[in-house]
Amino acid sequence: MASESHETHEYDVVIIGAGGAGLRAAIEASAAGVKTALICKSLLGKAHTVMAEGGIAAALGNVWPEDNWKVHFRDTMRGGKMLNNWRMAQIHAQESPDRVLELEEWGALFDRTKDGLILQRDFGGHRYARLAHVGDRTGLEMIRTLQQHAVHKGIDVFMECNIQRLLKDGHKIAGAFGYWRESGGFVLFKAKAIVLATGGIGRSWKVTSNSWECTGDGIALALNAGAELIDMEMVQFHPTGMIWPPSVRGLLVTEGVRGDGGTLRNNSGERFMFRYIPEFFKAETADNETEADAWYTDKANNRRTPDLLPRDEVARAINAEAKAGRGSPHGGVFLDIASRRPADYIMKRLPSMYHQFMELAGVDITKEAMEIGPTCHYAMGGVRVDADTTATDVPGLFAAGEVAAGLHGANRLGGNSLSDLVVFGRRAGQYAAAYAKALRAQPLVDAGEVEQVARELLVPLTSHGGDNAYAIHAQLQECMQNNVGLIRVENEMIEALDVIASLKRRLPNVTVAGGRHYNPGWHLALDLQNMLAVSEACTRAALARKESRGGHTRDDFPSTDERFAMVNVVVRARDGELTLSDEPLPEMPDELKALFEEAH
Amino acid sequence: MAAVAERPARPSTEAARSDTVTFRVWRGDASAGEYREYTVALDEGMVVLDVIHRIQATQAGDLAVRWNCKAGKCGSCSAEINGKPRLMCMTRMDTFERGQVITVSPIKTFPLIRDLVTDVSFNFERAKEVPAFKPKAPDPDGKRRMHQEDVDRVQEFHKCIECFLCQNVCHVIRDHEDNKQHFAGPRLFVRLAALEMHPLDTNDRRELLKARAGLGYCNITKCCTEVCPEHIHITDNAIIPLKERVVTEFYDPVAWLARKLTGRDRRRGIVE
Repeated sequence: MASESHETHEYDVVIIGAGGAGLRAAIEASAAGVKTALICKSLLGKAHTVMAEGGIAAALGNVWPEDNWKVHFRDTMRGGKMLNNWRMAQIHAQESPDRVLELEEWGALFDRTKDGLILQRDFGGHRYARLAHVGDRTGLEMIRTLQQHAVHKGIDVFMECNIQRLLKDGHKIAGAFGYWRESGGFVLFKAKAIVLATGGIGRSWKVTSNSWECTGDGIALALNAGAELIDMEMVQFHPTGMIWPPSVRGLLVTEGVRGDGGTLRNNSGERFMFRYIPEFFKAETADNETEADAWYTDKANNRRTPDLLPRDEVARAINAEAKAGRGSPHGGVFLDIASRRPADYIMKRLPSMYHQFMELAGVDITKEAMEIGPTCHYAMGGVRVDADTTATDVPGLFAAGEVAAGLHGANRLGGNSLSDLVVFGRRAGQYAAAYAKALRAQPLVDAGEVEQVARELLVPLTSHGGDNAYAIHAQLQECMQNNVGLIRVENEMIEALDVIASLKRRLPNVTVAGGRHYNPGWHLALDLQNMLAVSEACTRAALARKESRGGHTRDDFPSTDERFAMVNVVVRARDGELTLSDEPLPEMPDELKALFEEAH
Repeated sequence: MAAVAERPARPSTEAARSDTVTFRVWRGDASAGEYREYTVALDEGMVVLDVIHRIQATQAGDLAVRWNCKAGKCGSCSAEINGKPRLMCMTRMDTFERGQVITVSPIKTFPLIRDLVTDVSFNFERAKEVPAFKPKAPDPDGKRRMHQEDVDRVQEFHKCIECFLCQNVCHVIRDHEDNKQHFAGPRLFVRLAALEMHPLDTNDRRELLKARAGLGYCNITKCCTEVCPEHIHITDNAIIPLKERVVTEFYDPVAWLARKLTGRDRRRGIVE
């Protein structure tokens, strides 16, 4: 076969992904004086961060002076069912206030308290009102602020460029190879260090809040490069996604609705969450409506409403109510803020939700309840990283944001994602730059390997197998939705592995119409490899964890099991096959352990 | 052309109807192209983008279209639907008459890449010229205080999702390609207004507004405001106040004399 041409760029640090984590990493690396490239699959500013609604968690103490990093750390660990990497949770809680204030320094305009400081809102699992926010479009404010800051710093941005493979020189990172979506031309980035900031995996499920980009590219790139994954079984199903009409099924309804006073009801109007308070959270959760409602304004004398239990608990409760026949007409439950807050308050606090329901469902949320149900939302699992440096076990490869794992353990608290992006995005940029500076020579890229990858990428355009990439994607989504969803059981997951294997066998037969010029069919055929890799890793890890914890619920092992309390399921790729092992969590120091012994 | 209802009707809860719909979709690149017809099944509550996706999945796998969130939050899927610039993800199919053939074309102000995808790099290049946010010193205790009322005005501009529909309909550049050299367009005016009215900002962008951004070319026909999916009052709240500031800066003899006498620039000349 003739050799495939490609263009070549050379950088110290290449960042893959331009959501919150990638942008923050690029700003930091560039500030450290290394030559930095930022690569994104979409146009700049369109990454999934833009969809984040409710807010960014940081113990600023503006609304509740009692709040501090220790309380935030404790909430994060308990929300994650103690499976978190304690050091990441500590760094995150300690550094997030500075990162929020930094966004303000760069032009972000958060909603204000009466004294003019950054206002904070209540969210699930957070003891105090902690989320800095801008109505219900906090992600937009954050990505635009970072985007504009990065643009003014003159960072090189490669838009609509899709990275398909990481390249190594021996065991070290040497570059990345991919294609331009517009021209279909190939592009090689020679790099001393690479930061993965590729976000989530939700496109493998049918009902999801995730955008087309969330195909788990970073997970697959890391696996191929020899890095390790942890917690892949931990997938968050957000309790409140839209469910009607069908075309908007899965679209996110912010937790801010409950944070601002909304409550969940079943079809008889009952606030059913009071029946689903787990033992683990009993001491800190209100057991009656009067106390729950009083908590919004008086946190000193009342316990938190069960509407704001961590997301895994609420999602399971909604699922149980609907299954028991107490659900809404389209198989979810009701989320009611209309009867509990004045219309002008709802319009001010939740303008996007009002707009979204009015335009897409014809529902006026200031007058009637929303119909909602769980939706695949977030991957707690991902690439295993060093807590302080975000380094993977491949020298020169770093990861930050949703693609990285450890901070959130078995379940992420709302608001902890945006803070994760900027806390660890900054660290990734900082340590990748330091690594690149310390490296004496530019690592070498193997020209033969580049040729080989280029040929592989063109297969869908020349294959005559006749299979349809869109059909394979739909079958994968159906499979993961039904068999590796909110509630899991062994035989269904084994069936899922069979389906995944058969879809993998069909991939070489995918035939794509058209050529290389902006061809979404070709792009999807390539993305499918990543989605299948993610799905297999998730399913295998979910089979291995024979207990229920956080985002992983097993019908055949319905309770937590001490044997799994202190281990991560680690996934590696060896010779094209996945291998799994249970490995102990890092041990928390005694002074932090003491934070969990206080009475609450 | 079917009017888009103010308040869309609620989709009925009956089982999905076995309707079909026919779309005329622009296919082609900068060199040549044509409208092609596709007929696909239509389900309850679908939006235009759902139909485009169904065409991709069943009949035209290589149909080029940009989209990300499908929730009106990212501004990627701008197109002209029956000639009207809109987000495909926020245009419900039940706002059209049943049986009507619906035409979907790429936005026209920017060079065509392929099918429904255009080259919007003009907007990203223009954004690089904007002088950056430059905050004043914090309060003595190191904190920053702003009142919600002062923030509200700028937050309206921050709602912009960069769909570039305002740029697309602005006749200054839609009808006169040459003007792109010296006219930044409504999106950039919203951005400039956000910075100029930011309670903490100290940078000065009036020279840019007057010269390279070409604010004077805008003759406030409000086309941009009409198409904004975020309902930002682009003309009234961003462009007109900016025009007034430029006038005050460059053509007001009192302001000129004040500058000469005090040697200082008046920073805040916003007209409410």
